[in-house]
Amino acid sequence: MTFDAATIAMLKLGVWETLFMTFTSSFFAYLIGIPLGIILIVMDKDGIYPVPWLQRILGLIINLLRSVPFIILLIMVMPITKIIAGTTLGAKAVIPPLVIASAPYVARVVESSFKEVDAGVIEAAKSMGASAMQIILKVLLPEAKPSLLVGAALSVTTILAYSAMSGFVGGGGLGDIAIKYGYYRYQTVMMFITVAILVIIVQVIQEAGMKLSRMSDKRIK
Amino acid sequence: MQSEEPIIQLVGLGKEFFTSNGPIKALDDINLSIERGEIFGIIGLSGAGKSTLVRCINYLEVPTSGDVLFENQSLAAMSSRKQRLARQSMGMIFQQFNLLAQRNVLQNVCFPLEIANVPKKEAVKRAMELLELVGLKERAKAYPSQLSGGQKQRVAIARALATNPKILLCDEATSALDPNTTKSILGLLKEINKNMGVTVVVITHEMSVIEAICDRVAIIDQSHIAEVGCVADIFSEPKSKIGRQLILGDAAEQAMRFGGNRRIRISFDGRSSFEPVLSNMILACKVPVNIMHAETRDIGGTAMGQMVIQLPEEEIDQNRVLNYLKTAKINFEEVKDYDL
Repeated sequence: MTFDAATIAMLKLGVWETLFMTFTSSFFAYLIGIPLGIILIVMDKDGIYPVPWLQRILGLIINLLRSVPFIILLIMVMPITKIIAGTTLGAKAVIPPLVIASAPYVARVVESSFKEVDAGVIEAAKSMGASAMQIILKVLLPEAKPSLLVGAALSVTTILAYSAMSGFVGGGGLGDIAIKYGYYRYQTVMMFITVAILVIIVQVIQEAGMKLSRMSDKRIK
Repeated sequence: MQSEEPIIQLVGLGKEFFTSNGPIKALDDINLSIERGEIFGIIGLSGAGKSTLVRCINYLEVPTSGDVLFENQSLAAMSSRKQRLARQSMGMIFQQFNLLAQRNVLQNVCFPLEIANVPKKEAVKRAMELLELVGLKERAKAYPSQLSGGQKQRVAIARALATNPKILLCDEATSALDPNTTKSILGLLKEINKNMGVTVVVITHEMSVIEAICDRVAIIDQSHIAEVGCVADIFSEPKSKIGRQLILGDAAEQAMRFGGNRRIRISFDGRSSFEPVLSNMILACKVPVNIMHAETRDIGGTAMGQMVIQLPEEEIDQNRVLNYLKTAKINFEEVKDYDL
């Protein structure tokens, strides 16, 4: 293989498609995942607004969705993808299954961040007459912020890894290039290059998340 | 103050927790009245139910039986919205301070005012006044992680007072602090009680905290109230076994280690501690006694003392000593049944 302008343009497009898929999916996954995570923690039997039966059903659905392998889910939700994205091919078509697969994951990550919030602080807010909504908005979310940011770095990098699988359905992005050129055409160099770019992207996202978390955390003197 | 209705009344209060090992009674038939303007102590060993009791007062724990009356209003009968409003009239501070770690000192004190929908400008003004009161005005922009334990508790006190509560509940507020800091926090609580007229309820396992600031005390043991009364009265004449244990404290255990003869505990109030009670007794009875433990304590500003002495071996001598103490009207009792 040669490194002509076409190859470089292809890699550039791959990077763009990967970032587009990852961040768009992450955005929607958080849009769904944060409320789900809040419900999981708030409606727990020891939560601030206990509705244990609903919480348990939701937990079950989340676990079910999380146990389906992404590659299977990708195919299973194709009819839904067609309705939402209008196509079952390309980067756009990968977003609906990515969101469906990662929202439950995000919900669990968000839940665990909320679990770290000191129960005593929540009790203090209750003793001041705070409502459940006030506790969510003024205690849970701000107090969990540093942990939520660490969780976001974890979630986004996981979604990035999922997106690389989309090459299987012609989804575009770096994963697609790695499969088409690196695997099917035995272009090992191409495979290494795409993987190296993915490694760099993961590093940058991870480091940025950790740094944002540290900067926002007032517990550090 | 006696004529007014109590600020808090607990009526037949009970709390059961349902665990996987069956129900556990944390509180059983608790009846208490807390008067307006007093500093009321609730003391008990760990696991006695005192933390549950204080949480029942502001309904953080919902009792399984009985009722809480706050200014003659039944908390049980209130809607949850009304209960939340009532809680704004009851401040609370905690052993672990429970400050919001991601908010600075000023924002922490403003927090209950935000919840009560007080306009921001007004809230900041009120918060600064309170920070001045607790002596932390210069640390307004600091975060809790930058403060010492005592400073954190001062912020928590300012925060608990922000909404002008009528009563301040203190759950082991000094248990995580060193003796000097404890003293200054207790001083602050006393000052708040005196100057602002806030009724203070102190939950503790330390008799010294009760002695330092409380007017009255309830001793709680195994989910029940063992006795209630003025701190000085309970000190000189504890009626319950747990009361005696708490008052003698570690000294009792030490005194018990010496076996042998009958022992008695003599307690003195400010009046009798001026007289050399023991010397007089020895001179009058002409018998030697062994002092096993002696101390004086400051209870609500009055010096009170207690002493454990071992009686002589002969029964005649013992009776002579006991008769002397009786006629001299000295408070005493035998310590044989402490079985610690």
